[in-house]
Amino acid sequence: MGDSMKRYDAIKRIVECLSNELIICNIGAPSRELFNIKDRAENFYMLGSMGLASSIAFGLAFSKPKKKVWCIDGDGSILMNLGSLSTIANHHPKNLTLIVIDNGSYGSTGNQKTYTSKKTKLEIIAKGAGFESITVINNEDEIKPTLKNLETSCHFIKINTQPGNAQVANIPLEPEEIKKRFIDSVSR
Amino acid sequence: MSTDLKLYETIKDSGIDLILSLPCIMLKGLLELIEEKNEIQHISITREEEGVGIAAGAYLGGKTPAILIQNSGLGNSVNAIKSLLQLFKIPVIFIMSHRGAEGEKIKAQIPMGQLIPDLLDLLKIRKFIIDSKKNIKSIKNAVELSKSLDISTGILLKKTLWGIQ
Repeated sequence: MGDSMKRYDAIKRIVECLSNELIICNIGAPSRELFNIKDRAENFYMLGSMGLASSIAFGLAFSKPKKKVWCIDGDGSILMNLGSLSTIANHHPKNLTLIVIDNGSYGSTGNQKTYTSKKTKLEIIAKGAGFESITVINNEDEIKPTLKNLETSCHFIKINTQPGNAQVANIPLEPEEIKKRFIDSVSR
Repeated sequence: MSTDLKLYETIKDSGIDLILSLPCIMLKGLLELIEEKNEIQHISITREEEGVGIAAGAYLGGKTPAILIQNSGLGNSVNAIKSLLQLFKIPVIFIMSHRGAEGEKIKAQIPMGQLIPDLLDLLKIRKFIIDSKKNIKSIKNAVELSKSLDISTGILLKKTLWGIQ
């Protein structure tokens, strides 16, 4: 795993690189942390359906090829939906960047270890699935130069972090409110 | 017009503009038409639940997506239907071949096949049963209902639709 960076630090850096990208964010602590760092209508906070962040992001990127879509996903979630990597890589949406924050644990449920803390390497799985652009980030300082200089392509970016969640409040928005303002921002 | 062509044309005319599919032998002809005609966008999925996620994203992007699968796949999608589609009121049309029902010869299909009508009720998904060519048109009703109420609907295609006993 990377330097002392935790998921919260990584999301903070990701947010610093944002312009008008649409974000689909993984369920639980990642969404709460993103909400706390910077809430915006262009953020879709998944509240359930663990594992499907990359699929939702792909469906959106496929349907809106002119919009840039970033997915903030996690190792536990990716492991739940590995087939999604094949689907995405084969369709190769050039407006989709899949950012996987790999802290080797199921953070939202108490930091139980995932297999990426042992032998499993998600970047190798992504390569096997057919991704052509794969980047692994170990230090916080690398996030900005990577995300600021993205070529138009379908990217798989893995950020290695330590386990641990920031102490942040729950998202006070109703699901339909999250959806409605997100759809409005997509059609703008 | 063949059954498959009528199904295809009705799906197209209903406004469905993206199909997420996993194959079934009963859907073979329809899937071939979707590929050949290349008028409706089509994505092959690896598991039905993944399709629910893609459909949700596509809906957020302005599409009218349908998931074309064998009924068994509804079982693989239950949590996503509740905690994604119904939680956020995202409408998706499930078009399912109904294996494991009347006249089924493969035993393994029967448990899920028999459960499906009740499972749809339990999930509060309005079901539309298509067992003959003349009620293929109810696909349009399902799509209209989905869109007007932001709810998902389930369409069951029975063997008798293709004249299989």
